Amino acid sequence: MTRFRHLHWNALLGLALVGWLLATILLGAFWTPYDPIAIDLAHPFTPPSAAHWLGSDQFGRDVLSRAMLGARISFSIALGTVALVIALGTMLGLCAGFLRGWTDRVLMTVCDAVLAFPGILLALALIAVLGSNKSSIVIALSIAYLPSVTRVVRSAALSIRERDYIEASRVAGDTQLYTIMRHVLPNALPAVMVLATSLFGWAVLSESALSFLGVGVPPPAPTWGNMLSDARPYMEEANWLSLVPGFCIMLTLLGVNLLGDALRDYLDPRGRQ
Amino acid sequence: MIAYIFRRLLLTIPTLLLVSVIVFGLIRLIPGDPAEVMMGPDADPASIASLHHQMGLDEPLPVQFIAWAGRTLHGDLGVSIATGEPVVRLIVTRFQLTAAIVLVSVLLATLIAVSLGMIAAWRRNSSLDLAVVGGATIVLAVPSFWLGLVLLLVFGLKLGWLPVVGYVPFSDGVGAALLFLILPIITLTITESGVLTRMMRASAIDVLNQEYVTHARAKGLPERAVLARHVFPNAFAPTLTLVGLSLGHLLGGIAVIETVFTLPGLGRLMVDSVLARDYPVVQGCLLFTAVIYVAVNLAVDMLYPIFDPRVTAQ
Repeated sequence: MTRFRHLHWNALLGLALVGWLLATILLGAFWTPYDPIAIDLAHPFTPPSAAHWLGSDQFGRDVLSRAMLGARISFSIALGTVALVIALGTMLGLCAGFLRGWTDRVLMTVCDAVLAFPGILLALALIAVLGSNKSSIVIALSIAYLPSVTRVVRSAALSIRERDYIEASRVAGDTQLYTIMRHVLPNALPAVMVLATSLFGWAVLSESALSFLGVGVPPPAPTWGNMLSDARPYMEEANWLSLVPGFCIMLTLLGVNLLGDALRDYLDPRGRQ
Repeated sequence: MIAYIFRRLLLTIPTLLLVSVIVFGLIRLIPGDPAEVMMGPDADPASIASLHHQMGLDEPLPVQFIAWAGRTLHGDLGVSIATGEPVVRLIVTRFQLTAAIVLVSVLLATLIAVSLGMIAAWRRNSSLDLAVVGGATIVLAVPSFWLGLVLLLVFGLKLGWLPVVGYVPFSDGVGAALLFLILPIITLTITESGVLTRMMRASAIDVLNQEYVTHARAKGLPERAVLARHVFPNAFAPTLTLVGLSLGHLLGGIAVIETVFTLPGLGRLMVDSVLARDYPVVQGCLLFTAVIYVAVNLAVDMLYPIFDPRVTAQ
């Protein structure tokens, strides 16, 4: 049980929030109170009530059902981005950090150049070129985040490279690929996992910002971001329309961030503060 | 010191070169003939052909790039497809507003972060520290555009203290213009101070554990002097780097803020031109923000030795 001694209240809160999100997504895959895109012009702007727990929007669509579907869309985009960016970034970072020399120099210059573009603007420009749909959002966000991941993995690889067991592996005559896969990768994994958690939060935030700006997943598919931007004209009369998606984003990010902090403390006890 | 500055300057050259290749290459990623895409679906073949020729699309790619880079270095970023205005003029006009908001917000956020972070680290595990850490954690989870909307709802609509929509240029009176900028600046300051406060607190805690702090206390230096002379400069160095990084990223984040508060800044220009497929403007904005980012971080690295002289002694 000592392994879990460090699970403080904030880790538990993070787990609870993320667990709740996952449960909602799972439930939403089979059942939502209403059809999330069914228009009911007879009942627009219903305040939160027994019929519509979180109210209805300007077209009479049920806000709870839309938020549930929006959770699934945000989650799948964020998960896709994290998977793609971690896979590519780990590969590139390990190469740069372990091989050093020209590979490292070229990769780092490219990273610096891509990092010079503000992430969201780069994603915007890429979406302008690739078109706005789910896969191009995943690709655009991945390209924007790839340099950060590559750099973190590289610096982890750089420090692992100097350890004795790497030298031992070299002396034993292992190929470089074998050394990387067998010794460097497993030891870099904790840093990668912590990074993946914070990336997930960034991806949720960026996706909702892109949707809010009108370049995210195209309507009628609901996302938290486009629900917020649709709600703007009715902010005063129907404030639940802007409050609900905002709280969804906030609670998701809070859960993911708390979980990330706890993970970092757990995996890297030296950094615990 | 001179060698450090020189080395740091040299390092920006490949970065800037690659940045321009990326900006140039972006438009070539569009499937189909860029000229056709840029003119829109209603354009007649003759004008497409003329633009095709004008853009030099018949030439090989490296030749195109050199021609484009040459024009860019002379300050010619082309004209907007939508309005026919020179892209450079569009960017410069819009950037003033964005720069004002970003600079003030970053300055305020840094002040807040430094004071809260130092106090929290100094009184570690006190209730004040818990409040600062908790507050920063919550702030980190609040999307800036939603915070902006909520502030608009409260201070603009419910209380009616501040204007909700629109903008008055600085030329019509600084006071009137500031009234429209209060909420955007507050929003950006709050969202930025979260991550900076955490950084400042963490590095101040590190510094407080160093032997030279114990030594300074042991020799009888008043606590105020210990914090001001030993803890602050050493803890501020990493935070300063983060400030530089966030200045650059704020130029992107400002796009959503300007959308919330309907301000005609650089971010909004970029979003509007993406939506209108106005590629020369998109290209221009991207290049401009990237160059600003490189310049800001260069400046930060130049300031860094003031707080941490060790970096020049490599």
